[in-house]
Amino acid sequence: MRVGVVVFPGSNCDRDMYHVLTDVFDLDATYCWHEHGLPKDVDAIVLPGGFSYGDRLRAGAIAAHSPVIADVKRMAEASVPVLGVCNGFQILVEAGLLPGALLKNDSLSFMCEWTELLVQNNKTPFTSKFSKNQRIPIPIANGEGRYYADEDTLREMERNGQIVFKYGDRVNGSSGMIAGVCNPEGNVVGMMPHPERAAEPEINPTGRGTTSLMFESLRAGAAS
Amino acid sequence: MHLKKLPMEGPLVIYEKGYDSGVLDAGGGYVVTAHIESHNHPSAVEPYGGAATGVGGVIRDILSAGTRPIAILDGLRFGDITKDKHARWLFKSAVSGIADYGNCLGVPTVGGEVEFDACYQNYALVDVAAVGFGKKSDLIRNHAQKGDLVVLLGGMTGRDGVGGSQFASDLLESQDRSAVQIPDPFIEKLIIEAVIEARRQKLIHAMKDLGGGGLSCAISETADALGVGIEMDVKKVHTRESGMSPEEIMTSESQERMLIITGSAEIKRLQDICAKFRISCSVIGSVTSGGQMRIKQGQETLADLPASVVANASLLDLASKRPSYLDELDAEPPGPIPDHTRTLELLVASPNISSRAWVYGRYDHEVGIRTVVRPGLDASVLRLDNGRYLAVTIDASPKHCYVDPRHGAAGCFEEACRNVACTGARPAGMLDHLQFGSPEDPEIFWTFLESLGGLAEYSRDMGIPCIGGKVSLYNETPAGPIKPTPMVAVLGLADRPFVAQKAADGDSLIILGDTKDEMGGSEYYEYVHGIVGGACPVVDSAVSRKNMDAVLDLIEGRLVKSVHDCSKGGLAVAATELCMTSEIGCDVGLDVPGGAPLDAALFSESHSRYLLVADAKSLDSVTSLLGKRGVPFGMLGKFGGSRMRFADGKKTVIDLSVDKAQRAWSSSLGDLVHG
Repeated sequence: MRVGVVVFPGSNCDRDMYHVLTDVFDLDATYCWHEHGLPKDVDAIVLPGGFSYGDRLRAGAIAAHSPVIADVKRMAEASVPVLGVCNGFQILVEAGLLPGALLKNDSLSFMCEWTELLVQNNKTPFTSKFSKNQRIPIPIANGEGRYYADEDTLREMERNGQIVFKYGDRVNGSSGMIAGVCNPEGNVVGMMPHPERAAEPEINPTGRGTTSLMFESLRAGAAS
Repeated sequence: MHLKKLPMEGPLVIYEKGYDSGVLDAGGGYVVTAHIESHNHPSAVEPYGGAATGVGGVIRDILSAGTRPIAILDGLRFGDITKDKHARWLFKSAVSGIADYGNCLGVPTVGGEVEFDACYQNYALVDVAAVGFGKKSDLIRNHAQKGDLVVLLGGMTGRDGVGGSQFASDLLESQDRSAVQIPDPFIEKLIIEAVIEARRQKLIHAMKDLGGGGLSCAISETADALGVGIEMDVKKVHTRESGMSPEEIMTSESQERMLIITGSAEIKRLQDICAKFRISCSVIGSVTSGGQMRIKQGQETLADLPASVVANASLLDLASKRPSYLDELDAEPPGPIPDHTRTLELLVASPNISSRAWVYGRYDHEVGIRTVVRPGLDASVLRLDNGRYLAVTIDASPKHCYVDPRHGAAGCFEEACRNVACTGARPAGMLDHLQFGSPEDPEIFWTFLESLGGLAEYSRDMGIPCIGGKVSLYNETPAGPIKPTPMVAVLGLADRPFVAQKAADGDSLIILGDTKDEMGGSEYYEYVHGIVGGACPVVDSAVSRKNMDAVLDLIEGRLVKSVHDCSKGGLAVAATELCMTSEIGCDVGLDVPGGAPLDAALFSESHSRYLLVADAKSLDSVTSLLGKRGVPFGMLGKFGGSRMRFADGKKTVIDLSVDKAQRAWSSSLGDLVHG
């Protein structure tokens, strides 16, 4: 399986994601600079975290207009799995590929800490190996990570199974404690926490490596 | 000339000409680079921008060697935030500046320290250390030859920060905000990626970051270091605004700029890389033979002088005299205190001891996925691509240095080494940053020389070379100079990471090292009694080495579950910290080696001490190893229950709920800031 890791000016988790995909999960990954089109042969796309365009205007707002986004949209429509992490999630929301918005945390400051997620939807290409309501330890690192959607949208998302992850605790004031969502088809997933920071035991202080199942889900999807 | 007292050579030290950062051989063909700087004056006036640009500058020093920055540590010092609203604002803004800059760069802020002391009232010390990592073969071997091109890359040159360094060395009387540079971490991030790409394609002959003094310093220092001349045209510099005078262009300290020397065969590829990242890149001049620095405006020559004159200002030997304040320090306090429990509670929640989570929770300390030991413990540990581990910490102890500059400075160096040893890493190199008031005051210059002497002596005794450093003088306000604040960063290397485990029911608490009646400059004296004076802890290098070797052996054999350094607040605070982080109580007997009386046994900050946690099955091996090594140690007691109890013989002197202590410890700094 070949995974395209999209790089925008200011992306800063691209190398971490690349390392985890290739060195830890033995997937084939390739960096895709935002000005170029995506290679035809990628089987999945990851938009990594960071500060694209220095978070100017709003986090993700400028990157959402990058040339590469047209290709991401096209491939998303063709059911290719797309994952946006942190700033990548913000970009997917700004690009209209996912519903809602990401606002400043209710603490009004950047937060870097470990938290726990509850898996709500285990039918996406990134969550198929989880059981429903499985708890996974994972770190967050963001300033604008508070998920917001209006009541009607939330109800509709709930109906469609578009809520993928919820926080185990009240972390940042997100609507419905939402940490990650997907499109109605389930192939485009966005999440604020960083799975690539929890996938190796050495850097995971909780001693529970269950977050790795995200990458194993992706790999299993390729094999099937 | 005095700085030459510090031993700069060691088996792992690599020296390259024209570097601002120190280089250590990390093994397997890899190197670690490190540098430390302060941005004190700018931060005292405009704390957000001052702190942010402090991060930016030191990151570019790391980049200049051709290495990728992998970690930031910051040491922050402000006035008394319990009383001083302005100090609170300075603190909060400096933390935001560091967070916004480092987080955006994607360089993790993995450690640091914060201290409050009335001597920093209306002032701020913002020290930033940065660490880089790369292949030895990728280091930029600075060189240049006639005809090479001089390129200015990155942000535009503007009127911000004109004369910034001069301002930084004036006494802080005026609040000249326009002398503070404006930070732009996004441009810095693009520069990092562009420079690393240019290095990968081997397009860089020599490189230097633009810092204090702007172009004038970067050009003259580069020419001087490489033994060449440089001719440049101020008209070729890309500026942010029109109508800038040549003087403004040459001395602007606008941030996020690098000076690169490349060849005419490589310039096109360098320009292509800059175009990819959309950063400006101007060819501003060329390398000439001879050592002249020639500044032109079009055809007109504005300056033509030997680069060596500009680059090498002489360091004066100034008069020094033992300060009279040393004879006027407070006497030792009046006997023991009645309520030790209340004292411990006070100390645990005090601004200088309470948890720093409010600070490091704002910093991305995970990005780069190298962070094995996170901030909040003794030293932070990063994994390296060569399979080894780097432990790093910074320390300063101005309260000790004030009452005894020599032993205070050696002590903070020793403490930094202890912190590194607690992670199982052996100290391999140090950086120092010497921060004092005006050196023209003989009494201050005396404290400078004493501190330097203390650092040099410990460095020599331990064989830990100084790989870099910096001096920051004139740290004064109209109210007077700061306390002597030498800061030390220590880097250590380990083959295996040692990650502390929580203490569990039945585990033993052991103290290694002598506790002495050395309470001068302690938090106990200053925070509890309001006394500035007394005998400051003294470092004995032979003891330091022996105790450290024993700790490293225990860790190597994985005989202990955790090791914690005993420093600020003494044994009482260190033991409480272990209990709070392990969420368990402990019964501690105060029969400690060294023969300290009760209050000193609890709160003395004697050096070379470590707290060890061992489970029942390895306890015998631990005590037999310590016995064989002939180091002083004492069995303090066992973990269990939910209360901290300290007993003096049969008498319980402290009885405190761990949960209650934990709540006070973890919330007090945030409460103070928001209060």
